[in-house]
Amino acid sequence: MSAHLPILQILIPLMAAPFCVVLRHRDIAWFISLVVSLLCFAVSIMLLDRVLVEGVISYYMGDWPAPWGIEFRIDVVNAYILLIVSAIGAIVSLYGRHSVNKEIPKGQVYLFYTAFLLCLTGLLGMAATGDAFNLFVFLEISSLSTYAMISLGKDRRALTAAYQYLIMGTLGATFYVIGLGLLYMMTGTLNIVDLHDKLVQLDDSIRTLKAALAFLTVGLSLKLALFPLHLWLPNAYTYAPSTVTAFLAATATKVAVYVMLRVFFSIFGIDMFEEIGLGDVIMVLAIVGMFTASTVAIFQNNLKRMLAYSSVAQIGYIMLGVSFLNATGLSAGLVHLLNHAIMKSTCFLALGCVMYRMGTVRLSELGGVGKTMPWTMGAFVIGGLSLIGVPLTVGFISKWQLISAAFQADLMPVAFLILLSSLLAVVYIWRVVEVAYFRTPTHHAGFKEAPLSMLIPLWIMAGASIYFGIDTDMSLGVAQIAADMLIGGTP
Amino acid sequence: MESFTFLSPGLYNYWIVIFLMMVGFYIVISRGNLVKKLVGLNIFQTSVFVLYISMGKVEGGTAPIFGEGFETFSNPLPHVLILTAIVVGIATTALGLALVVRIREEYGTIEEDDIQAQEDETR
Repeated sequence: MSAHLPILQILIPLMAAPFCVVLRHRDIAWFISLVVSLLCFAVSIMLLDRVLVEGVISYYMGDWPAPWGIEFRIDVVNAYILLIVSAIGAIVSLYGRHSVNKEIPKGQVYLFYTAFLLCLTGLLGMAATGDAFNLFVFLEISSLSTYAMISLGKDRRALTAAYQYLIMGTLGATFYVIGLGLLYMMTGTLNIVDLHDKLVQLDDSIRTLKAALAFLTVGLSLKLALFPLHLWLPNAYTYAPSTVTAFLAATATKVAVYVMLRVFFSIFGIDMFEEIGLGDVIMVLAIVGMFTASTVAIFQNNLKRMLAYSSVAQIGYIMLGVSFLNATGLSAGLVHLLNHAIMKSTCFLALGCVMYRMGTVRLSELGGVGKTMPWTMGAFVIGGLSLIGVPLTVGFISKWQLISAAFQADLMPVAFLILLSSLLAVVYIWRVVEVAYFRTPTHHAGFKEAPLSMLIPLWIMAGASIYFGIDTDMSLGVAQIAADMLIGGTP
Repeated sequence: MESFTFLSPGLYNYWIVIFLMMVGFYIVISRGNLVKKLVGLNIFQTSVFVLYISMGKVEGGTAPIFGEGFETFSNPLPHVLILTAIVVGIATTALGLALVVRIREEYGTIEEDDIQAQEDETR
């Protein structure tokens, strides 16, 4: 049994999804997705535990040995990402029941859970597989179900948002396939480890390799919403159902970042990557993204849209950490991956509660909401403080690590820019605090706190954003091991 | 190998790939009609299929089936990969068209500009 853990992770949600369709009952579907996501969470904990003790786990699909068959290869990096995705999946299904029933038409709820399970399959598959083409297939599984989930939003603009994302996402995935095709042309293999072994033997001045790296980078940047390619993200996050937004914001872009890291460090390796000089390009884009997106966030009235822009900025921080090309920077990027998942899902889950009770997340209609929904807004404020990077929250750990990486790379101005852009986060979070707490409640005297089944998952995440701000063994400790592994070139 | 120039017959496929790729990409960017965008996306994806299938070709090779008198075979792996990619492409197109149907139900149009105009009015 335990030998099959890597594949169980993907098989369980994949097998469960058809049951949701066949049974056509919204509560049964919810229960299935809750059990499945909890199982995945348990499996990913076991995997991380085993990887930390025993080292890399290789699992051959159908017993076909590695370069020919598809390999599932779990090392610390994968296990870390699997844990993030499955944990968020579990929290979101625990939280989702009421919110989904309210925001999605009754007859479509079971389809929502089907799409959710398929999306989970795709994301976990992307993180677990050691085969670059297999990764593309999982990428498309997760993307297609994501488009469907977004289009379930109540507002009709959810449809155009989903369509726009479909076009951009497919372009991105196709770019990835083109880049992979060029690599296959040069090496004749698709296994990530094997690709690296064959690539280092090649002369790295070959133009095909540079073209391949360019295609892969652009394609994945589209998926992870790196600054100029983020256009699909604000609409998709704003109009998707609240539960979907919380899930996507914490997982989809994160897994895309992980794939990017695999391409940069596991396939190409840091030496070749450094020589091509892509790091500088990414650094500039990341910094511009941090400032532009944060500034745009300040002027948003719709809070979901505000947080969506803030997500673009936060992805800037993650990629900035990666672009330093040293172990500290990479571990900063990786730890921010987890931390951002925690704090952004806290914020989006809180907004889901607000949406559930008030039916809107427009700032102008939320005067005094902090008094009517103290627990919800309390969690939002904790998430917001994390976004700013206040000490004792997870955001502080990431920022601290990022700034030390900037010092280590001798880039004083960058460290200064990180601090400066954090101030923009202060502005947009403060706007919410001001409206929520310092205005008298106006027209919603009858509104009360969100149901307990939504508040508990919300506060688990809010608690996590404080816990991991104090005890960093689990988060930063693992991220550092993972970063050393990626930099060391031994995937 | 060294005799390859930009116009070598061996590169015809790749020229076609690049041409199709750019045509598809251009349609996706320039057209406002949502169905036409999907058509462009399909052409773009098809170019990649041709790219993969071309690279599987071995000169003088036959279809990869064992038989008397056949020694060289084309590489079947890219073909298999593209079979998967075609399935993915179909799923994407189907979902895209389904979204277009729903958009038409809600907005009464599938022109991007008209949809934008309706949104601007309601704002």
